[in-house]
Amino acid sequence: MEGSDQEKVITAIKEKYEDEILHIEAPYNFLTITIKKEKVVEIIHYLYNHLDTKFQFLTTLGGIHFPEVNQIVVMYQLHNLVNNQRIRLKVYLPAENPVIPTITGIFAGANWLERETYDFFGVIFEGHPNLKRILNVDEMIIYPMRKEYPLEDQTREDKNDTMFGR
Amino acid sequence: MSGMEKVATNTKSSVGMSEKPEGYEGIGFFATSLEKVVGMARKNSIWPLPFATSCCGIEFMATMGAHYDLARFGSERLSFSPRQADLLMVMGTIAKKMGPVLRQVYEQMAEPRWVLSVGACASSGGIFDTYSVLQGIDRIIPVDVYVPGCPPRPEQIIDGIIKIQHLVETESLRRRDSKEYKTMLNKYGIE
Repeated sequence: MEGSDQEKVITAIKEKYEDEILHIEAPYNFLTITIKKEKVVEIIHYLYNHLDTKFQFLTTLGGIHFPEVNQIVVMYQLHNLVNNQRIRLKVYLPAENPVIPTITGIFAGANWLERETYDFFGVIFEGHPNLKRILNVDEMIIYPMRKEYPLEDQTREDKNDTMFGR
Repeated sequence: MSGMEKVATNTKSSVGMSEKPEGYEGIGFFATSLEKVVGMARKNSIWPLPFATSCCGIEFMATMGAHYDLARFGSERLSFSPRQADLLMVMGTIAKKMGPVLRQVYEQMAEPRWVLSVGACASSGGIFDTYSVLQGIDRIIPVDVYVPGCPPRPEQIIDGIIKIQHLVETESLRRRDSKEYKTMLNKYGIE
């Protein structure tokens, strides 16, 4: 996205939600805005309808765990299909209690993406119609993509240091 | 009993036939144990159920194809219903979520049943040493023969089938009723 287009988007958000913005950056020229969690649904809805933004397509949504700051990020990627512009929104949540409102009211396609984020990171999406595990077994008691869990299966006894250098 | 003598097991036909089991033959009769006849019949008519989840399944397709031709060993008739299958061939990574499905397929098979675990993933989890993958199907069902390889070549799969055939041929008719067998199944929580 061109710098001037990015400015337009930033101006559009700042018009109404300047207080909600925590950080703005553009790594690899990809506009990324970190916002507070309280008005995330409102902001996404606003970006959906605003004539300068029209982000009416949800490319993806997912989690990122940052163990060093003990926080989980919920990341949204939105696409304006009219002007072919993209934007990334980030919301930082505390890892002990990651709760954020659902955006299934705006994008029905967010349903499974939010379930996946719940499944792998344990993020609770308040108001989600069917928040349960989607890919992992229902009996799983951990959120496996959090970095506090080691990659290998810990229930395995036969792969030990003598043979596999674990 | 002068007419009785041990029968040679070779046949003269140019078409390879199954070898006669050990027994006694005279004019108009052949005597052997039922176990051996049943073993011979079962060995050469195994109906496999292919449970193929990944690349080992592709190798199995080659094994079934004209070039390697598993039909030569009496296993050309695949059974896609577990209720009619004799041999469960597990080929590929079994995710933990797939575990109960595999187990149900095994439970639906009628005795006698055998299990062939093809490839590193089915046998041990393979390279997928991770939270979502079952670390070897022998954690949920008993396995008779393991075929190593990632994936194994068709020759190796055939070798595994021949080893299964040997088990089928030599198995005692009463084995499935034995206490040891039931204890073994109970260890897996089956029945």
